[in-house]
Amino acid sequence: MILMVVGLLGIGYGFLTAPKDIKEVEAILAAEHHGHGTGHEAAGHEGHEAKGHDAHGAEAHKAEATEAHAPTVDPVHHDAVPVANVAEKELDSMHVDTVAIAAAPVVHTEAPADLGIRKHKTEKVDEHAEHEKHLNHVLHQLQNKPWAALYVACIFFLLISMGVLAFYAIQQVAQAGWSPVLFRVMEGITAYLPVASVIFFILLLLSAFHFNHLFVWMADGVTDPASPNYDKLIAGKSGYLNVSFWLIRAAIFLIGWNLYRHFSRKGQLAQDESSDDSNYKKVFKMSAGFLVFFIVSESIMSWDWIMSVDPHWFSTLFGWYVFASFFVSGITTICMITLYLKNNGYLEHVNTSHIHDLAKFMFGISVFWTYLWFSQFMLIWYANIPEEVTYFVTRINDYTLPFWGAVVMNFVFPILILINTDFKRISWVLVMAGVVILCGHYVDFFNMIMPATVGDQWFIGIPEIASVCFFLGLFIFVVFTALTKVPLMPKRNPFIEESKHFHY
Amino acid sequence: MSTNKVIHALYNDDDVLMDAVKQTRKAHHHIEEVYTPFPVHGLDKAMGLAPTRLAICAFIYGCIGLSTATWMMNNIMISDWPQDIGGKPSFSYIQNMPAFVPVMFEMTVFFAAHLMVITFYMRSRMWPFKQAENPDVRTTDDHFLMEVAVSGNENDMVSFFQNTGAVEVKVIEKH
Repeated sequence: MILMVVGLLGIGYGFLTAPKDIKEVEAILAAEHHGHGTGHEAAGHEGHEAKGHDAHGAEAHKAEATEAHAPTVDPVHHDAVPVANVAEKELDSMHVDTVAIAAAPVVHTEAPADLGIRKHKTEKVDEHAEHEKHLNHVLHQLQNKPWAALYVACIFFLLISMGVLAFYAIQQVAQAGWSPVLFRVMEGITAYLPVASVIFFILLLLSAFHFNHLFVWMADGVTDPASPNYDKLIAGKSGYLNVSFWLIRAAIFLIGWNLYRHFSRKGQLAQDESSDDSNYKKVFKMSAGFLVFFIVSESIMSWDWIMSVDPHWFSTLFGWYVFASFFVSGITTICMITLYLKNNGYLEHVNTSHIHDLAKFMFGISVFWTYLWFSQFMLIWYANIPEEVTYFVTRINDYTLPFWGAVVMNFVFPILILINTDFKRISWVLVMAGVVILCGHYVDFFNMIMPATVGDQWFIGIPEIASVCFFLGLFIFVVFTALTKVPLMPKRNPFIEESKHFHY
Repeated sequence: MSTNKVIHALYNDDDVLMDAVKQTRKAHHHIEEVYTPFPVHGLDKAMGLAPTRLAICAFIYGCIGLSTATWMMNNIMISDWPQDIGGKPSFSYIQNMPAFVPVMFEMTVFFAAHLMVITFYMRSRMWPFKQAENPDVRTTDDHFLMEVAVSGNENDMVSFFQNTGAVEVKVIEKH
């Protein structure tokens, strides 16, 4: 009975969010059209900066107007894509030519005029490779913006469910006594993984087939010495960083994770009905294997899907850094969904001690994130090697607010609010801290992806918020639907009694 | 007058001890102290001890450590003898701050940890050359001892403690 109510609640919630989402998707499409259109306009009025800029404004208004009648937007949007692409390619070679022939300053007066960019670029004139990359960004950033917005939101929610899955596997392997009452909640959240994987893989395929330009290393001629697009650094990495291998890796990782998620869930459910612990042992072994696979694949995943948007730059602890970010987001999500279910009376055996433990993890992993964030920052800041430090220069100059804002939201705020023992047991404090942590880590991912794809044209506008809304709605719908499918209490887990009486 | 008399009840299992402590509290006997060979989880709550304030001390010590490190690094690296390391700005603390963060962190941990341990020892009245206070050497091995003030009927109390699963119950005149 209770489950039926949860089901209605979850589905009702999903339906409530669904129409909003569709509208949001329309908004995304309209915004995408806006992005492509602007690129197109800019291409058409190369050099006529004022006109291009006006067109920008006009397009924005048009896009907003067309938002109301989506059907008309759609064909326009599809038409716009190839046109914009062609224009873009022309523009590309034009610019590269300019770089090759004309002196850098000439391009400089042109580029800022073109799209209204300012002075900090002068600092970077010397670096030819960087310069070229930056020009590419200037050209592509507006077309990229809605794609990047979609990409950030998609990978963020995908990785939240991955963070939960990793946490879940750790609980299994550690044979933790406190957490079995939360297993169903975690499984509910990881139910989002297959959905997210499919959507995400489609996004990767779209990138691979040049529907967008999130990954500059995929551009034509980058590895061809005869091409004006030739990039020696990327060409040197092409043995690893090439589209087919990249897609194969992505497929292997996503399938591997989903397999673990599927069979661990199945084993857990079978354990409820069985008369011995054989299923439990199977899940235990599976989890141990998964963790080994996960930590390797997670690292490679972070290079492939996130670090490669900046193909010249690399950081050896990037995998850990990304892991810390989505791990704490996952734990925060567990905590918030647990609180939600608890407050609606569905998790009778979850007491404040369980919540307290989750809050400790939120606190601890937030500090861990900061540690990795700072380690990465300090080494690069101290060494001050041009090709490395540009990563942070871009972020600090162009992304001042999100860059420092992420540190405040992910470190200063949690450490101040969650350091108090009593606060770790108060629901509203945790929900507030959780919201801030989740927003902070969204901003963190935003900071990872956006500077390389959108450059200084970033803005948290309709595409970003709509993408987050869409994936949040999908996430909530899938998770709460999954939560209604089975009883929220694992019956025959060997540690369930200990977990029920867990008291700190 | 039996105010100086105490009962020593010995147990050989921490679960039995926990139950005994709860029963004793329920029967409104006054527990003076419990001696255990290792920390028993939840014993402080069962005995009704006030929550520890050590965490507050730790926070204060951490703040002291952080301030000390900040002052120290500023004094060493900026004001007293500015050093140019790797071309980093050596005349401004705030601009050179990332380089000092590890020091600030370590000093925070160092101060919090050491001062907290010292505070704990002082608060527990443990210092070098201090004579051991535990009344029975077995509490350093495998026995648990609960010391309860005698009030009312002594024989009733002895039998009460024998019923709580004590392996030995003694009445002792305390000096």
